[in-house]
Amino acid sequence: MADVTAPPLRPFPVAPPVVPDAMAASKPYVANEKMQEALGFPGSLVDDWHDRAIAKMGELLGNYRSLRVYLDACVHCGACSDKCHYYLGTGDPKNMPVARQDLMRGVYRRHFTVAGKLFPKLVGATDLTKDLLDDWYKYYNQCSECRRCSVFCPYGIDTAEVTMAAKEILDTVGYGQKYSNEIIGKVHRIGNNLGLPGPALEDTLLGLEEDTKEETGADVKFPLDQKGAEVLLVTPSADFFAEPHVESLIGYAKVFHQAGISWTLSSHASEAGNFGLFIGNYEQMRTIALRIREAALELGVKRIVVGECGHAWRVAYSFWNTLAGIGAGGDDPFARQLQAQLDSRYRQPTHICELTWDLIERGALVLDAEANDHRVVTFHDSCNVARASRMGDTPGGQFEIPRAIVRAVSNRYVEMRPGTTREATFCCGGGGGLLTDELLDLRVKGALPRMESLREVADGHGVNFMATICAICKAQFTKVLPYYGFDRSMVGGVHQLVSTAIRLGAKS
Amino acid sequence: MAAASVLFAALFYAATAVLVVGLALRIRLYAGTPAPLKIPTTPAPVTRGGVALRLVREVAFFESLFKASLWTWLFGWVFHAALALVLLRHLRYFVEPVPAVLAFVQPFGILAGFAMAAGLAGLWARRFLVDRVRYISTPSDHLMLALLLAIAGTGLAMKYLAGTDVVAVKSFFLGLMALDPQPLPADALLYAHLGLVAALMIVFPFSKLLHAPGLFFSPSRNQADDPRERRHLAPWAARLESDGKP
Repeated sequence: MADVTAPPLRPFPVAPPVVPDAMAASKPYVANEKMQEALGFPGSLVDDWHDRAIAKMGELLGNYRSLRVYLDACVHCGACSDKCHYYLGTGDPKNMPVARQDLMRGVYRRHFTVAGKLFPKLVGATDLTKDLLDDWYKYYNQCSECRRCSVFCPYGIDTAEVTMAAKEILDTVGYGQKYSNEIIGKVHRIGNNLGLPGPALEDTLLGLEEDTKEETGADVKFPLDQKGAEVLLVTPSADFFAEPHVESLIGYAKVFHQAGISWTLSSHASEAGNFGLFIGNYEQMRTIALRIREAALELGVKRIVVGECGHAWRVAYSFWNTLAGIGAGGDDPFARQLQAQLDSRYRQPTHICELTWDLIERGALVLDAEANDHRVVTFHDSCNVARASRMGDTPGGQFEIPRAIVRAVSNRYVEMRPGTTREATFCCGGGGGLLTDELLDLRVKGALPRMESLREVADGHGVNFMATICAICKAQFTKVLPYYGFDRSMVGGVHQLVSTAIRLGAKS
Repeated sequence: MAAASVLFAALFYAATAVLVVGLALRIRLYAGTPAPLKIPTTPAPVTRGGVALRLVREVAFFESLFKASLWTWLFGWVFHAALALVLLRHLRYFVEPVPAVLAFVQPFGILAGFAMAAGLAGLWARRFLVDRVRYISTPSDHLMLALLLAIAGTGLAMKYLAGTDVVAVKSFFLGLMALDPQPLPADALLYAHLGLVAALMIVFPFSKLLHAPGLFFSPSRNQADDPRERRHLAPWAARLESDGKP
């Protein structure tokens, strides 16, 4: 593994100077034959990779308006050039969103535009050489698909769409990324990203029941595969045993317990995460999403609730209705089957924060905010929740609802600097399928902008807890916080705070 | 009629055809390409009306660019707003009689000529002075700015340095529109100005100037945030549902 170095925190964050090839050595492990073939991709780089790559690009251009329009519309204005956390943390110019897109735009121009065919040099059109393909692999694996650039682009160009297309093309020619593809294989084989089999999951949940009984004296259940439960909870598998994730799972269970809502997890769909999104593969994303549909039908639940996971909430909120008919408004047999079962009085799917906040507003939870008085809390907006989804009925609910919960369960709350929160939030540095050890240097550097704003509120206001609602954010921060001189336990879930504040034995 | 007049008449017919047909084909391509997933950059409007308003704000005020970079916004917005006024001013060459509103904008159109040049100069300066923008600039980015600046420069030069026979120019364009070409004044500056404008029209559908129609087809900007309320399904994606999986 390359050396891992954290850049110094700067008192006045400005765009760093361009340092060409600063991250040219960053490269995740390539997926092996077995992992590739399990997903229907070639095992290793095929001989005719060039022609297959161009053909796949043509296919994607026909299937995705986003890709087609985004590759045409860029004027190289530079609005995005200082918006990516990986650029801010590394100075590598290919981490500027526009330059990252240009790695593909050059090939697009060469093969799919008149100008690029006639005057390639003039318009920056390039042939897809092996060196460029390697650059694709390196630099499209330095994009966490966080969409921060798309907020600032005058045409809304979303680099994530280009990155996803690139990863799809790379997979097609047998040049897949190990971390993501191995995980997708595990979802298909075992049911969740971490490869936790059903019996182990059952044991874990029983252990949690005992622990919670000991802590609270209440019989808080963690049900699995319970037919006829009202709620199917789909949560990232990290919630089952990773710290601090599991604290939030205990929080959800306590909320369900106190509100008297029957709920269940599913061993068939024991994972909210959907890495099909990260590799830009519609079929994979759909197949993974269909597990939720199958589990819901099998268990006969009335509601589907999603736990604290950023990209999973994007897929659930924005795509489940499309992929799996989980939602409203579908008038085809496929969608109607599920609508007939799910309770249309509730939003389908519901985010766990929407559910908890509804209960708090109705006074159904007994909360003692003083229990969190040892914490000074700030909230880190996770990219996929902030810029690719919503909660509640009004735009921006994804910002207000988690904050409202945090304020209801704790007394000391501080916002980080404007321009680093809400839709302008910085990615944790580990999203998009980059949460792997061989990319640690990139992850540490990519966390720089968030660490700078955290340092500000930690020093200025004594913030000692950063709440977030994403499993990847939690895992990433737990790993990188120490590189910046913070305690790793500073990060935790919103429902971890709920768990601390909720008073189980008390009656409302 | 002089050969030059015939040449320019032919050039403008060709340029107009390329611009109109080229743009129409491109727009048809954009409109015909499905957007299989809901990907508005949120927070986004939840209704179609809200989306229309979002697009109006982007087109009229460059809302996103304003959030991104004040300098780029300032130069970019001034250039585009000035260009709009300049185009409006030039409408007088295509209508007879000239309506009052067109007569009213004439002096503003002249000021806008200078503002347009200033905005372009600012945008061009960024391509040299900001290392990030320098890195991403291609020869065509520079040429596009040179082309626009040359159009503004030749136009202003005809106004202030060497006037041309604008009455004859008007009869040339009215003639073109009536499919009855009239002579164009023999004037090097005018030839340069019109030649450059025709070049701009011709490259429009093949260049980054496609950002103009592109904005309206950008899914991150033109989709409503309503995926839980409405099922959104592209035709190619709908076909997957009949493949045997539930």
